[in-house]
Amino acid sequence: MSSSKQPASTSFKAPDSSRLQLDEQGRLRHFLTVESLSKDILTEIMDVAESFSSVGHQAVKKVPVLRGKTIVNLFFENSTRTRTTFDLAAKRLSADVINLNIATSATSKGESILDTIRNLEAMHADMFVVRHSDSGAAHFIANNVEPHVSVINAGDGSHAHPTQAMLDMFTIRQVKKDFSNLNVAIIGDILHSRVARSQIQALNTLGVKDIRVIAPRTLLPSDVGSLGAHAYGDLRQGLDNVDVIIMLRLQRERMGSALLPSEHEYFECFGLTEEKLAYAKPDVTVMHPGPINRGVEMDAAVADGAHSVILQQVTNGIAVRMAVMTLTLGHSRVAG
Amino acid sequence: MGETVSAVDVEDIIDTMAGELAQEMKRKKRVDPLMIGVHTGGLWVAEKLHRKLGLKKPLGEIDISFYRDDFSRIGLNPQVKPSQIPCEVEGENIILVDDVLYTGRTSRAALNEIFDYGRPVSVTLAVLVDRGERELPLHADIVGLKLDLSPEKQVKLTGPAPLVLETNRN
Repeated sequence: MSSSKQPASTSFKAPDSSRLQLDEQGRLRHFLTVESLSKDILTEIMDVAESFSSVGHQAVKKVPVLRGKTIVNLFFENSTRTRTTFDLAAKRLSADVINLNIATSATSKGESILDTIRNLEAMHADMFVVRHSDSGAAHFIANNVEPHVSVINAGDGSHAHPTQAMLDMFTIRQVKKDFSNLNVAIIGDILHSRVARSQIQALNTLGVKDIRVIAPRTLLPSDVGSLGAHAYGDLRQGLDNVDVIIMLRLQRERMGSALLPSEHEYFECFGLTEEKLAYAKPDVTVMHPGPINRGVEMDAAVADGAHSVILQQVTNGIAVRMAVMTLTLGHSRVAG
Repeated sequence: MGETVSAVDVEDIIDTMAGELAQEMKRKKRVDPLMIGVHTGGLWVAEKLHRKLGLKKPLGEIDISFYRDDFSRIGLNPQVKPSQIPCEVEGENIILVDDVLYTGRTSRAALNEIFDYGRPVSVTLAVLVDRGERELPLHADIVGLKLDLSPEKQVKLTGPAPLVLETNRN
């Protein structure tokens, strides 16, 4: 399997999180990356998430399972949607949540990450949800926390975004039931995307037959084959007969650089329209992690159309994050 | 595990429970109840009771894993199943069904979960086996079988077809 190979590209620098995130019994203690996690663990996350899905339908949208636990959202990089769903997930588990936007607080006063962690541990935090622009940040923190504390990676640099990947897998499973016969295409800035990297690893582990990445050559990593995906430079070719299309968000700041032409030209070649959608299977599912640049990555008609499960992904994001929080904290308590 | 509780026919017990349950609901004027079975054994018993009583509202099922009081000690039950309560709980007469009543902790968790779906008018508790040794102030309204077991003994319902009560040898 490709995930065991170490990609050469520096933007895909991968710290070895595999041993760190499992306890002695091989159960999830931290959740840092989907790389090297077994199919059983990925399936367990989705099964537990399935059970949490019903909580959103209760009159009281809460279960008491993490009552009395303190979860700290440590966001060194801005994010609205991811932080909101982690926040809601923790609250639906009855945990107490603190949201720290570190970009604008401690580190700007010169405090190091470790000092921040030590201080929060002294306040008896049980879990850190970490988002950082540097690859390996969550891994670094997991390596330095007390034994009873769990760490969840909410996105680190261009390395990994495992909860996003798992909510996408969970959504695919809900719609398509089985992974083994699927053709899945990921479209967009593969080179810089931690989401794409985690998705490809998860899709491979879950046994997806044909994983494709579709992007301009400037946005494909040079070692794309070792990721376990087939590269396409032409959207229509890449979409031929696919069951699932995963769009990535295009970072607008990369527009106009040497990597990309104009938004208009990108949309002409790689933007998803109803006309291009016709190349995929008739029951194709369209996904996007949000927020959408309408008219850049896809037409509004596709984003809001019958094939789109984009809002279902948002709902599922809460259940999947509840599952990961409960599994890791359950195991860390027993271990510690 | 593996020793069948002898001289016990689970089907017969459930038959008797259905009769008593019908009488009890009539006596307390609890009409058109919503039955909820606790995963997994309680749901098997509930499926049979629901059919025998010919209840109109569809059967609900709950998994109390997220409401247990021992998460900090033993973590999450990995076999957790989704809870599905198909109707409003608010203002309803609930019949809660479980297989074995012992410490009372499962019933406590089930009651808490039901109340997170709404405020029922009443809850009637029906259990296949009451083995005593309660740790909480709870009792069942309908009991299929009373068993007097020493604390180290376990009793378990296996199923779903056939339903058999087993105790461990020791």
